[in-house]
Amino acid sequence: MSTTIKVKKKPLGLRLKKDFSNFGGAYLMGIPVLVFYVLFHYKPLFGALIAFKDYKPRRGIWGSPWVGFKHFQSFFDSFYFGRLIGNTLTISLAGLLFAFPIAIIFALLINEIQNNKFKRSVQTISYMPHFISTVVICSMIRLFVDSNGFIVAILEAVGFNIGQSLLNLPNAFVPIYVLSDIWQQTGWNCIIYLAALGGIDPELYEAARIDGANRWKQTLHVTLPGILETVVLLLILRVGSLMGVGHEKIILLYNDYTMETADVISSYVYRRGLINGDYSFSAAVGLFNSAINFALVVIANKISNKVTGSGIF
Amino acid sequence: MNAKQQLAELKMKSKPKNTLNQEGSGYRVFTVFNTVLMCLVLLITLYPIYYVVAASISNADQLMRHGGLLLYPLGKWNLFSYELVFRNPMVLGGFANTLFILIVGLCFNMVLTCLGAYLLCLKGSMFVRPISLLILFTMYFSGGMIPAYMNIRDLGMMNTLWALIIPGAISTYNMLVMRSAFVAVPATLYEAAYLDGASHPRILTQIYIPLSGATLAVMVLYYAVGHWNSWFSASIYLSDTSKYPLQLVLRQILILNQNADLKASVTDNGELAKYADQVKYALIVVSSAPILMLYPFLQKFFTKGVMVGALKG
Repeated sequence: MSTTIKVKKKPLGLRLKKDFSNFGGAYLMGIPVLVFYVLFHYKPLFGALIAFKDYKPRRGIWGSPWVGFKHFQSFFDSFYFGRLIGNTLTISLAGLLFAFPIAIIFALLINEIQNNKFKRSVQTISYMPHFISTVVICSMIRLFVDSNGFIVAILEAVGFNIGQSLLNLPNAFVPIYVLSDIWQQTGWNCIIYLAALGGIDPELYEAARIDGANRWKQTLHVTLPGILETVVLLLILRVGSLMGVGHEKIILLYNDYTMETADVISSYVYRRGLINGDYSFSAAVGLFNSAINFALVVIANKISNKVTGSGIF
Repeated sequence: MNAKQQLAELKMKSKPKNTLNQEGSGYRVFTVFNTVLMCLVLLITLYPIYYVVAASISNADQLMRHGGLLLYPLGKWNLFSYELVFRNPMVLGGFANTLFILIVGLCFNMVLTCLGAYLLCLKGSMFVRPISLLILFTMYFSGGMIPAYMNIRDLGMMNTLWALIIPGAISTYNMLVMRSAFVAVPATLYEAAYLDGASHPRILTQIYIPLSGATLAVMVLYYAVGHWNSWFSASIYLSDTSKYPLQLVLRQILILNQNADLKASVTDNGELAKYADQVKYALIVVSSAPILMLYPFLQKFFTKGVMVGALKG
C-alpha cells in the first residue's frame, strides 16, 4: 500500500532506483562509451580554453596566464584573416555551385537509363573513386598536372602555354580542388538522390502519363518535387559546413606558390599550431572556426525546419 | 517453366509501361544522348585509373620521354617498378602497421559502437535523453585540432599506434546509424527477454546484434575504409617511421618525394630519375588495389549505409 502512494508521488530517489533496476546493466555497459566521450571530446573542449591563455608548456594548461581575447584580436587584425576566410568561402562556394548540382543531375540521368545492366555498371564504376585515399588522389593530381603530365599536355595541345606544374599556379588551385572532388565524389553523392528517386510512388508517374505528361513533364512535375526534400536537406547541410573546408587535401596539394589562394582556416591552424608550435594562437583560430561552423549549422537547421518542416536536429 | 523464364516473362509484361515508343521521338533522342553521356562519364572516371596502371607497367625509358595521354602501356611490359615497391621495407612495414590498426581498431570500433548504440536506444530510461544530447553536441562543436593534439600528448599516447586507434574508436555518425538499426528491432522482443530475466549484455548480444547483421556489416566496412585511408593523425602523432601506416608511407614517397629505399637500391642517377615516377604509379596500384577490388562485391552494404544514414535525418 505505502509503495503505491510513493510511486504516485514519484520521488526522485525512487524513480532513480527503479530506473537503475531496469537499466543498470545497460548503464554499466555504457560506461566505456561515456568515458570515451569525456576523454576524447569533452576534455579537449575544455582544453580549448588555452585560446584565452598564453600557453607555456612548463606551466601547463591550468597554470598559464589568462589573456582574454588577445589571440582572437590579433588574428582578426592580421593580414591572414581576410585571406583565409576568402579562400575558405571560395572553395566551398565553388563546391556548392558546381559539385552539388552535378550530383543531382547525374542521379537524374542515371535514373533515366533503361538498361538495368548498364545502369548498374554506371553506378558501380562511378562510386569507385570514392574509395581511393586522399593521399593517393592528391598524388595522382600531382602526377597528372605536372609539367609533363597528361592534363598539362592536353591543355598545351589546345593552345595554353603552361610549361610547369598547374599546382604552382595560384589561379588553378581552386579549379583543381573542385574538379578533382567532382571526379571523386559525384557518383557517391548521387546515391542518396537515387534512393529518394526510388522512393517516389510509381502511381504518380502513372497518373501523370494518363494526364498526357511526356517524360520531360513527368520529370518536372513528379521527379523533381519527389526529391526536393532531400535536395533541400543536403543543401542545408552543405551551407552548414561552408566554413569547414578540410585541411587534409589542402595540405597535400598546396605549396609556397599557391598559398594566396589555397590556404584555408584549417590548414592555417595546422601550420601555425602543429608546425610552428603556436598553440594558444592557433587554438583561438580553431575555436573561432568551430564557433562559426556551429552557428551556421544552427541557422541552416532553423531555416530547414521552417522551409521543409524537417531538419537535422 | 523454370524461374529464369518466368522472370523473363514478367519483365516482358512489365516492360510496355516504359517502352520508348510511347514516349515519342524526343525521348528517344534523349536516350541516345544520355547513353553517350554516361559512356563519357565512365571514360572520364576510369581513364585516370587506367593511366596509372598503364604507366606502372610501361617501359621506363619510353614512359619518361612520353608526354600526353597513354592509350596502352608503352613498350614491353615491365614489372620492375613493382619489384621496387615490394622490396621497399617501408612499404611492407606500412602494410603491416595498417593491418594491425585495422584489426585492433575494428575490435574497439565495433564493441564501443554497439554498446553506445544500445545505450541510446533504451526506451523509458531517464538518462538516455541527456546522454544523447551530450553525444550529439560533439558532432556539431569541437575544440579543434590543437586541443585534440594536446589531449593525446597529455594522455601519453604520442608515438604509439593507440593514438590512431582509441581516439577514433567511436564515430558518432556511425553509432547513430547503428542505433537506428537497434531501434528497428521489435520492442516486444526486448520486453519478452527482459521479463524472462535476460541481462542487458545478453539482450544486446543475443537479440539486437544478431538481428542487425546488415548494418553491422556496413559499420565494419565504413570503419575499415576509414582506417585504411587515414593518414593525418598518424602524421601528427607518430615520429617513429617504423610505426608509419601505409598511407603515411605513401605520403612520404608520393607527395614529399622521400624514397630512401629507391635511392639505396638504384644507384645510377639516370636509372633513379627513370624509376622515381614509375615507382609512384606502381605504389598507387598496390595500395589502392585491395580496396578497389573488394568494393564491387560489397557495394550493396556501402550504399545501404548511405541510405540508413539519410533516413535518420
